[in-house]
Amino acid sequence: MMGEILVFVEHDQGQLSPSAGEALTAARELGERLSQKTAAVLVGQAAEGLGTMCAEYGVQLAYCLTSPVLSDYGPETWGQAIVELANQCSPSVILSVGTDRGNEVLAQVAARLGAPFAANSTVVQRGDAWEITRVQWGGSLLEDIVVDSELLIASYNHHSIEPAFFPGDNEIEVRTVGVELDPTLGRTVIRDRVTLTEGVTLSTASVVVSGGRGVGSADGFAQLEELADLLGGRVGCSRAVTNNGWRSHADQVGQTGTRIAPEIYIACGISGAIQHWVGAMASKNILAINTDREANMVTKAGYAVIADLHEVIPAVIEEVKRRRS
Amino acid sequence: MRVLVCVKRVPAPGSRINISPDQLNVDTAHLGFTTSPHEECALEEAAQIIEQHGGTVTVLTAGPTEAEEQLRYAASVGGTDFVLIPNNSGGDWDPERTANAITQAINKLEAEDGQFDLIMFGNESADAGGFQVGVRVAVALDRPIVNGIKGIEINDRVFTARREVDTGVEVYQLEAPAVLGVREGINLPRYPTMKGRLASKKAEIAIAPIEVHAGGQNKVRLHRPEERVTETNVLGESAAAAARVVDLLDELGVL
Ligand SMILES: Cc1cc2nc3c(=O)[nH]c(=O)nc-3n(C[C@H](O)[C@H](O)[C@H](O)COP(=O)(O)OP(=O)(O)OC[C@H]3O[C@@H](n4cnc5c(N)ncnc54)[C@H](O)[C@@H]3O)c2cc1C
Repeated sequence: MMGEILVFVEHDQGQLSPSAGEALTAARELGERLSQKTAAVLVGQAAEGLGTMCAEYGVQLAYCLTSPVLSDYGPETWGQAIVELANQCSPSVILSVGTDRGNEVLAQVAARLGAPFAANSTVVQRGDAWEITRVQWGGSLLEDIVVDSELLIASYNHHSIEPAFFPGDNEIEVRTVGVELDPTLGRTVIRDRVTLTEGVTLSTASVVVSGGRGVGSADGFAQLEELADLLGGRVGCSRAVTNNGWRSHADQVGQTGTRIAPEIYIACGISGAIQHWVGAMASKNILAINTDREANMVTKAGYAVIADLHEVIPAVIEEVKRRRS
Repeated sequence: MRVLVCVKRVPAPGSRINISPDQLNVDTAHLGFTTSPHEECALEEAAQIIEQHGGTVTVLTAGPTEAEEQLRYAASVGGTDFVLIPNNSGGDWDPERTANAITQAINKLEAEDGQFDLIMFGNESADAGGFQVGVRVAVALDRPIVNGIKGIEINDRVFTARREVDTGVEVYQLEAPAVLGVREGINLPRYPTMKGRLASKKAEIAIAPIEVHAGGQNKVRLHRPEERVTETNVLGESAAAAARVVDLLDELGVL
């Protein structure tokens, strides 16, 4: 007899995270497949009101964990709170979405329960044992693993689940569970927040004009800046550029930078190494400007101009201005 | 300040990652190796910390004998002491086993030379990306840990650590002894100097064999995700392509 599926529903001070829909959808689907009950886990008093939103994804039970030390996010307090719940209800699965918090909290849970943790999974199946596919290299490779444990702790790779509302009149029961937590775990609770009000960011921009080593210098980016400004977009770059100190790391696209999904990605003087590509591959259209026709970026792009970017970009800027005037 | 940085040796593939015939590892026959980028930044941060506050930077890795290369590199960019936990099994240990080995090594190092004020990990390794070794070690040592850190300030024995989120920055304060999972972008790692290269040659590497059992995660095989095959539409081979580029921007509605 297996227990229920617990799904960690992420929120910040009572504000549901955009990833919550993915988590709830994945958990409900797994519950149906394994014929098991699914329960949302809401950590902290602030999350009590989120039950109705969980219901929209077809989850019928939520546990709201409360304690004075759960007032704001802390990886250790949140992790230990879920451990306390797991000790009470002996779940078969604990799920999350592999966001910063989703992976951090489940790593805490797994470490505290002495159980394995499969981060960033794309497939979760139960055969004789848990059979998981998970991503490696930020998405460039997949790894099939078998998890040797009754309890499966796993996060789903962020953006690999399409959130889906569940039709019908969805009722949810929210059970408040008070948990006893060692107050010393409050040592990693958020102390302060700095809110940055920015307009378009690299990850939300509809146009990204990106430069690589081929741009040649920090000054060389002025042309890319101008084009990005004209199109209401943002400037991105490759790691070769950040390593040279030409741009700040905040502009880096790729495995260890930002993942982007613009309407069009204009990649100038970027070879398209696999670690760069995983950050750019969600772009709807890609235009590569490169002197090398065989560059990976060119062969993978839908559109290309095979020429010196320092000649092409100014010409494009002129043409945009001409058509607008 | 006594700082420990845990690093991983990873292959540095170019445009494609090939898989070994037994499907268990990356085919590294024609590849160079590097230190996983987040850890390279952790090491730079540690080097800057001891430049300001004095102290030592111990660099530890669990890996094959060849991982000595990464420890020697660490010596050229600010590391002062070096420890290799040998794993010559031909593949990675699972995350529980790795964490267990590192925890035991830390216990030994601390018994000999005193507690580390700060232990740093990379947020996740570049290859396996398990997102857990640092957390497991911190929990085993009962020390505070926060991941995803892109800024560290030190005041007395308190580390103020910053983590970037979509809407801004979260600020955490951890008292020593503490553990942090660091992200690339926290700093710009230095390149080795002549003096650094010399230090690298002279560095003594302590070998710390540790017996650990396998954890519950067993690799079956590696494979590649389905690749999208794209027909590239070449818009031109000179600046004259600008008109067609702007046509495209117009079609996509971004003009
Ligand atoms: C673990 C790991 C993680 C990494 N993470 C990232 C990451 O997050 N993001 C990232 O970008 N990289 C990452 N990298 C680095 C990556 O492997 C490449 O080294 C890097 O992306 C190369 O940058 P580049 O394309 O600008 O430079 P290069 O590979 O040197 O390519 C330069 C390109 O510019 C072209 N060119 C030169 N001059 C011109 C010109 N005048 N006009 C037009 N084209 C020109 C050349 O033909 C070439 O294609 C990572 C590496 C590792 C090992």
